[in-house]
Amino acid sequence: MTKTILEAQNITKYFHDPVTTKVLNNINFKIDKGEFVSIVGKSGCGKSTLLYILSTMDTDYEGDVIIDKQSMKNKKEKQLASVRNEKIGFVFQFHYLLNEFSVIENVMLPGLKLGKHTREEVESRALQKLKMLEIDKLALKKANKISGGEKQRVAIARALINDPLIIMGDEPTGNLDKKNSSIVFDIFKKLSDEYNQTLLIVTHDQGFAQNTNRTIIMEDGKIINHG
Amino acid sequence: MKLKLNAEIAKKLLIARWRQTLVAAVGVTFSITMFITLLSFMTGLNDLLDNLILNRTPHINLYNDIRPSQNMPADLSIEFKNYHNFISSVKVKNRDADIYNNNAIIKTLKSDNRIKGIAPKVITQVFFNTGQSVIAGVINGIDVEAEKNLFFFDDYITKGKSIDLKNISNSIILGKGLADKLLANIGDIIYISTTQGETFSLKLVGIFQSGLHDFDKTQSFASLSTVQKILKKPANYITDIQIKLFDVNKAPAMAKEFNKTFETDAEDIQTANAQFETGSFIRTIIAYSVGITLLIVAGFGIYNILNMMIYEKMDSIAILKATGFAGRDVKNIFIMIAVWIGLFGGTLGLIFGFLLSSVIDQIPFNTAALPTIKTFPINYNPYFYIIGSVFSLITTYFAGYFPARKASKIDPVIIIRGK
Repeated sequence: MTKTILEAQNITKYFHDPVTTKVLNNINFKIDKGEFVSIVGKSGCGKSTLLYILSTMDTDYEGDVIIDKQSMKNKKEKQLASVRNEKIGFVFQFHYLLNEFSVIENVMLPGLKLGKHTREEVESRALQKLKMLEIDKLALKKANKISGGEKQRVAIARALINDPLIIMGDEPTGNLDKKNSSIVFDIFKKLSDEYNQTLLIVTHDQGFAQNTNRTIIMEDGKIINHG
Repeated sequence: MKLKLNAEIAKKLLIARWRQTLVAAVGVTFSITMFITLLSFMTGLNDLLDNLILNRTPHINLYNDIRPSQNMPADLSIEFKNYHNFISSVKVKNRDADIYNNNAIIKTLKSDNRIKGIAPKVITQVFFNTGQSVIAGVINGIDVEAEKNLFFFDDYITKGKSIDLKNISNSIILGKGLADKLLANIGDIIYISTTQGETFSLKLVGIFQSGLHDFDKTQSFASLSTVQKILKKPANYITDIQIKLFDVNKAPAMAKEFNKTFETDAEDIQTANAQFETGSFIRTIIAYSVGITLLIVAGFGIYNILNMMIYEKMDSIAILKATGFAGRDVKNIFIMIAVWIGLFGGTLGLIFGFLLSSVIDQIPFNTAALPTIKTFPINYNPYFYIIGSVFSLITTYFAGYFPARKASKIDPVIIIRGK
């Protein structure tokens, strides 16, 4: 029996500025453990908006998000923060590394925040993740001294540090050239195949979407194909 | 663990923007420096001015005022007991100004452990004769040792030695103004006549300058026995008993007590010099308000810099929130930055404040009115340093609190989607 990790229940969202418009209309779907799912659709169809609701960062919506059998509705800001810390790893279009910290410190931050392991353990785990992504030699460099493709890989390592239930990506290859895009995709593929990592990636890159296990297609705030 | 992690992030942000941090800290340093210096200097001057009067004023003075009798014979008579008695043209009694039974009083006072010391005094009015003219003045018969110990008599002697009053018989110390009028120099003989018409000659052994011009124009000092001799009174003739206490605040209550026990008039320092208390109180308020204004201005400096830092660090705040840092963690990080700036800047400010006030302490300050003062007065009260450090922490905390609260409310979705 497969285990459901993430479930969207009747999600509806409105934007109120400048006029009230419905951006998401009654979205329902489930993601099981180990799935590599992509969401595609035209610009403005609401795919990113949906991702941020699923990520618990956006709380202004109707319906419910179930992560690991827990309802995210009515949770406090602090509780949502710890859900994000423990269960979700993020990779954005922009890397969002902290320039004041070294590469390994950037990777370690969410792990230190979780506080489940000692500092030394978090450090060795971070190094292990960097090694897996073949960037362990950059560990001690400042985050602003490495290339764009490398930064995105560091961001992936950071997403992995707490062994999250699911990795969410918002156009993770959007800012990268072809070569780096394919490196990032291969990493995701490897995570999915070898480590049975669940991934949910929003993209408009058709090539990227075709190579995932399942593609959800959205149009005008609705899912038109569950893949 | 959590707090340590937040502290670590705060530290990194601080060091990464060390120039800004330094500017903010310099603001705090400057304001604390000025706060300390200003207060030390202002209260130093305050104390100087107060001491000009208060050092030489007894905490309690016992004397007999010339006044009509409190109990008129008509009131005492049994026959008129239930009547209202109206007596006109009441005159004061003809009696000496001395304190009755002063030996016993002095003995009692000397065994009172609230009292630091006492100095008996005989005050009388005399005329100083110079050629054809006569100048009215006052001669104070004093116990030189007691006066020196309790009322800093030596501080005001600009020429000669106070102890000569005791060692040389029939000697006198004149106020500077008075000596100038008499054209008298040390060693000269001064002629005086009493209100009874007796004439005496006294040797001038010193010049006295109190800083109060009017006082110096009329006052002179001689030993107790000299003045008793001038007045043709016995050695137990004392007109004033000056009392100095350990705790000046007890003076009003004790004055009342002595008034009852010894049946003399007793005036406390607070009643005699109320205007000085008011004056120094107002000067202190001015000093504090200027100092605190400086600190608040520094607080706005920190507020601005943190606000800017938060705009610059929007991305970092967004990713910290996305990866599981709660709003409260973000708030703590920025408050920590502010408080560290306050601590660092404040500590430097205390040190510079001390140094600057020591420099002022060395600046020469010579004035004719204050013969013993050579440099600007500074009050090194540790209390100012405590207030300065506490207040710098409070202002920086609040200067950090509002930007930090704003940072904690940043919505990461808006930042991340905006890219």
